[in-house]
Amino acid sequence: MSMAENPPHTLLQVSNLRVSLPTARGWAEALRGVSLQMERGQTVGLIGESGCGKSLTALALMGLLPERARVSGSILLQGQELVGMSEPQLCRLRGARMGMIFQEPMTALNPLHPIWKQIAEPLRLHQNMSVSESKARALELLERVQLPRARERLEAYPHQLSGGQRQRVMISIALACRPDLLIADEPTTALDVTVQKEVLALIKQLVREEGVGLLLISHDLGLMQDHVDRVMVMYGGGVVESATTPELFAHRAHPYTRGLFAARPRLGLARGTRLTTIPGSLPELMDLPAGCAFSDRCSLAVADCLKIPPQAENISLQSPLQNLPAEPHRVSCPRWSLI
Amino acid sequence: MQVKNSVWRRALRHPSFVAGGAMVLLMVLCAMLSLFWSPYPVGDIDIPNKLASPSAAHWLGTDSLGRDIGSLLWVGSQNSLLVGFIAVGIGLGVGVPLGLLASARRGWVEEVIMRAADFTFAFPALLSAIMLTAIYGPGLVVSIVAIGIFNIPVFARISRGAANSVWSRDFTAAAKAAGKGPLAITMAHVLPNIASVLIVQATTQFAIAILAEAALSYLGLGTQPPQPSWGRMLNEAQSQMFQAPMLAVYPGVAIAMAVLGLNLLGDGLRDVLDPRLARQR
Repeated sequence: MSMAENPPHTLLQVSNLRVSLPTARGWAEALRGVSLQMERGQTVGLIGESGCGKSLTALALMGLLPERARVSGSILLQGQELVGMSEPQLCRLRGARMGMIFQEPMTALNPLHPIWKQIAEPLRLHQNMSVSESKARALELLERVQLPRARERLEAYPHQLSGGQRQRVMISIALACRPDLLIADEPTTALDVTVQKEVLALIKQLVREEGVGLLLISHDLGLMQDHVDRVMVMYGGGVVESATTPELFAHRAHPYTRGLFAARPRLGLARGTRLTTIPGSLPELMDLPAGCAFSDRCSLAVADCLKIPPQAENISLQSPLQNLPAEPHRVSCPRWSLI
Repeated sequence: MQVKNSVWRRALRHPSFVAGGAMVLLMVLCAMLSLFWSPYPVGDIDIPNKLASPSAAHWLGTDSLGRDIGSLLWVGSQNSLLVGFIAVGIGLGVGVPLGLLASARRGWVEEVIMRAADFTFAFPALLSAIMLTAIYGPGLVVSIVAIGIFNIPVFARISRGAANSVWSRDFTAAAKAAGKGPLAITMAHVLPNIASVLIVQATTQFAIAILAEAALSYLGLGTQPPQPSWGRMLNEAQSQMFQAPMLAVYPGVAIAMAVLGLNLLGDGLRDVLDPRLARQR
């Protein structure tokens, strides 16, 4: 803990995080060396198709992986190592220094408790607040997340609120103890498009005001463009490309990222145009190629791609002036330049 | 608050809840009153008046020793309730924590607990009760414990199953993400969500316990004389089946009413406490 007092610690530093999960066919490598870095007030987006390891990364950060999972690598939260930390220690961190917003606000609240109790829970747990203090703070938080008529709604049960309102409650729970790191796992997937925008704008505003680091997980490219500073593209349990958002949207290098962007519907496409798709589908974890995970679906792949795992390399597509060393553009593909 | 009120309102409109509740309430009142007062002391033997027909003095007549049947039934309800409460209490008190532990820990802990429950379950309840009485001698306490032990795997299984379904819901994951430990989540989230299932099961097990006690006492392995018991009354009535058939009918009806009342109450509670119905306004 004494380490945390030294100021210049990166908020979150994940290096070479590997997770294996037991399956009927043996151990499956679900995360294959994920690395990421985040500062306070920064927003990082994780993007990729289902099963690429986005949510698993979030669970690993929270220490909520299944008990039998094998984890190696390092997760440093302000200099404090989370990998291998005991469960009681992790319990003290969860909710206090890292909060999580879940995908499904309909089911992530307990139907039997009024909402203020659920917001008060982490406060009473981590900050030893009394019932009345925590209730007052719950009201403050509900006002922060702009829940209309917050005072009357303290005693409301989850089923009396709409989806967007419930997600606001979830956000206030995640932020109750002023965490340093906020993880939002597809926070708006279950919401209407109009409500999505409001909720994301709210999250973004709170992140800015509270100075927390936000890890936003989504499969929605458009959402990334508007809401995060940096995007990391995941495929087959690894990060294939990461760059600042404007950089990535301007110059995508990895063949998978290009495929992802090409598959996106756009305004102005001629009627009847078929969207480009990436051939094949994400193989099961057990069946991923030994080399580059994407090699069997990649149009640029050569024989070596199937055998040799690619190393992430810094690339420079922009003028050197804009390409700051702190925010490098990294790609895990030796053949990225062969467009 | 609103939720609780609406549960009551729905309960009082539910026919089987009302009927079952009334029958059970009647039985409980009988048992409580009988602690202080009964029409005749149950130990009073009146040989000249044996096997009397119903009369103003003895509403339901007398048995082969001249004891007042009404009083025996009246006081016998104590016995049935005592057995039911304690046996269900043992089942709840031991079985539910085991089931919750299995569900919260999973892995080998769950395997061990559930296989042990299967093992206990594999013995028919009455047979294991007879085995226990063979070892420790017949008596009320032994029969209550035997019935209670039989209840443990029932509650362990049902609470584990219901708890597993609660654990798979997102709000327990959210509670974990908020830093709650498994014990705190079990108490705050799992237990309240499975309470209705347990309450319903408890009424059913209560009825089964009453039947089991009657069966054991009928076999002479449960309640011992002179403590009156509905099961023993059946046993004693057996030898006068042809002289006084009604002697067997009265305790039989009492047992049937108690079991019917509890089952109706359980059915009613199942409907009333169903959270899906509670949502509808």
